Amino acid sequence: MSGLITLHGWGRERLTEILDKAEGYVASAQSTAFSGATVTCAFFEASTRTRLSFERAAHRLGAYVMGFSPELSSVTKGESFKDTILTLTAIGTDVFILRHTLADAADLAAGWSGRPVINAGLGSREHPTQTLIDALTLRQEFGRLDGLRMAIVGDIRNSRVARGHLIALPTLGVELTLVGPTPFMPQDNPWGVRTSTNLDDELGDVDVVYLLRIQAERGSSADIPSSAGYARRYGMNEERLSMMKPTGVVMHPGPINRGVEIDDATADSERSLLVRQVANGVPVRMAVIAEALEGVR
Amino acid sequence: MIVVRNARVLTPSGIEDASVVIEGDTVHSVGAEPEANGHQVIEAGGAWLGPGLVDLHVHLRDPGQTWKEDMRSGARAAAAGGFTALVAMPNTDPPVDDRTTATAAVERAAGIEDVEIVAAGALTRGRSGEALADFDGMFEAGVRIFSDDGDSVPTAGLLRRAMAYLRDLPGALIAEHAEDRSLAATGHLHEGEVASRLGIAGLPALAEELVVARDLLLAATTGTRLHIQHVSTSGSLDLIRRARAEGVEVTSEVTPHHLALEESAVEGLDTNFKMYPPLRGRDDRVALVEALRDGTIDVVATDHAPHTTAEKEVPFEEAPRGVIGLETAAAVVATNALGGDPRLFFERMSIAPAGIAGLSRHGRLVEKGSPANLVLFDPNLRWVPGGFASKSSNSPFAGIELTGRVLMTIREGKITYEGGSG
Repeated sequence: MSGLITLHGWGRERLTEILDKAEGYVASAQSTAFSGATVTCAFFEASTRTRLSFERAAHRLGAYVMGFSPELSSVTKGESFKDTILTLTAIGTDVFILRHTLADAADLAAGWSGRPVINAGLGSREHPTQTLIDALTLRQEFGRLDGLRMAIVGDIRNSRVARGHLIALPTLGVELTLVGPTPFMPQDNPWGVRTSTNLDDELGDVDVVYLLRIQAERGSSADIPSSAGYARRYGMNEERLSMMKPTGVVMHPGPINRGVEIDDATADSERSLLVRQVANGVPVRMAVIAEALEGVR
Repeated sequence: MIVVRNARVLTPSGIEDASVVIEGDTVHSVGAEPEANGHQVIEAGGAWLGPGLVDLHVHLRDPGQTWKEDMRSGARAAAAGGFTALVAMPNTDPPVDDRTTATAAVERAAGIEDVEIVAAGALTRGRSGEALADFDGMFEAGVRIFSDDGDSVPTAGLLRRAMAYLRDLPGALIAEHAEDRSLAATGHLHEGEVASRLGIAGLPALAEELVVARDLLLAATTGTRLHIQHVSTSGSLDLIRRARAEGVEVTSEVTPHHLALEESAVEGLDTNFKMYPPLRGRDDRVALVEALRDGTIDVVATDHAPHTTAEKEVPFEEAPRGVIGLETAAAVVATNALGGDPRLFFERMSIAPAGIAGLSRHGRLVEKGSPANLVLFDPNLRWVPGGFASKSSNSPFAGIELTGRVLMTIREGKITYEGGSG
């Protein structure tokens, strides 16, 4: 049962293989390769780009997409997570694409359903397809990943995107520094990466500034006195952009909060890869879905 | 008459290889083998025979949540684990917090044969942390141990009033669950490596240590006896050592799971490893084992907390906290933590807890005339826990081979458990 719950344990070859596969899908036409297959998007947490790009990716592979939103389902009538997964399995799905607030939801769903589960964002644990998207985007931009330096800036403690990056990007040769106020840092540093509380000190050394949103829905706005103060210390703006190398770029997994972690000029500048990140969501997710469906065939 | 032959017996003069004769509810003799006609003879084969184990910290869920456990099933689990007495925590539904609920608990416990159940009472009314519980009514019903276990008394002011009052009731003991809500509120596992890696909110060691420090200072100023439940961090041990050196009358307990397991065990998010306080790091675990050996920690208590499989088969962050422990404690402690020392084993699991709870018929060295509350424990027998006598099976040790097994438990001269041969 393959699926993709975590990139933990993936070596450089395996990661490169899926990035190559995704690259191959970038310009691919509509396919019927997986017609007859069904994937279920079970999103127990809000999403725009992840959900739509997973759906688009499945369509482009020829698969049928069953959508499921808890707020419009029997979850509102008290159906448990387990019973919901069992119900969706009984209706008939080959693969689950799951987003959930809880870290182990995908492992449990895989166990209950016996189907491959693709992690579309689990709590603050990991968001592996976002990590693959960002790796692909960077590889396109710089022609390599080895030796790139990235500062991940913001609410890292609550960020599943940052955790995915910490798991996989060092394996691909990207050197990471975590930047943000101490209350936004993980309590422990099992990855052994550099940390810094001063963004301005880091800007001259990095190729990529990777910005994160303050995750108000996980209570992190209570960890800082104000978003205005945060914006002054850590917000990316034209002045800070000018402190970077001329080749330096800005990335963000979205959704962005303009005026907090990024200002309008930076978000819309040619040094911003934000739109390309979103566009790469489709081919990367095609590669991941294709692998999962190949596994069940 | 019951004759236990060829046991290693914990007597007032140390460990003796002897046979023990039990008559009625009393040990009749310790020494050479008697004539065995008509007696029930048990061949111990060198297993340890000592006072029945005493658990200061058990959740029987009765009344209110009897689908998880009840007095009868909990007592069977206790007997299977070698226990002859246990203290039942008052966080039942309704909680034990006044004369009526205490009388009911004491009366129902008296009807249980497998183990002596000692009912503890709440410190605050309804366990709400807002007003003092009915100490006099509960005391008159026979309650001596008071705890809001599951929660700390939230404010120093309220706990000081409880201490000041209970100081005057002879034999009363405050048992505190040390956990600062404001630091621990959203946590699900130890705030350390695993929590950071999985992005799950942690419970910092500080949440325990702040309350331990507060409680020790309050106990020092009020002069009230204090027992700290399930100590889990080395920082708490430092605080306890310092308070003891200054003359504070404090005792403490540690659970078998905190002695044997570390936060790394939680990595797979198996909910049978979810409990509060959480499994800590290696340094903490090593410090707990050392503290149990040197006496900084007085006793092992299981914090037996049954939950059904359906309740535990949910995402980690939604799972109820707690694991069962009665049936595996002796093995985990005797061989893992205490390195096979029978004297220390009985001290920490029977003699000291009986002393803290004031149970005169338990925790007694085996000699002529001592109460026949006994356990026969084979420290070398290997077995795999499963098929629990408890109604619940949420054990972190299920399916894992343990060394050391209870062969027989005797309460007041009656065999309450016999098994463990395979």
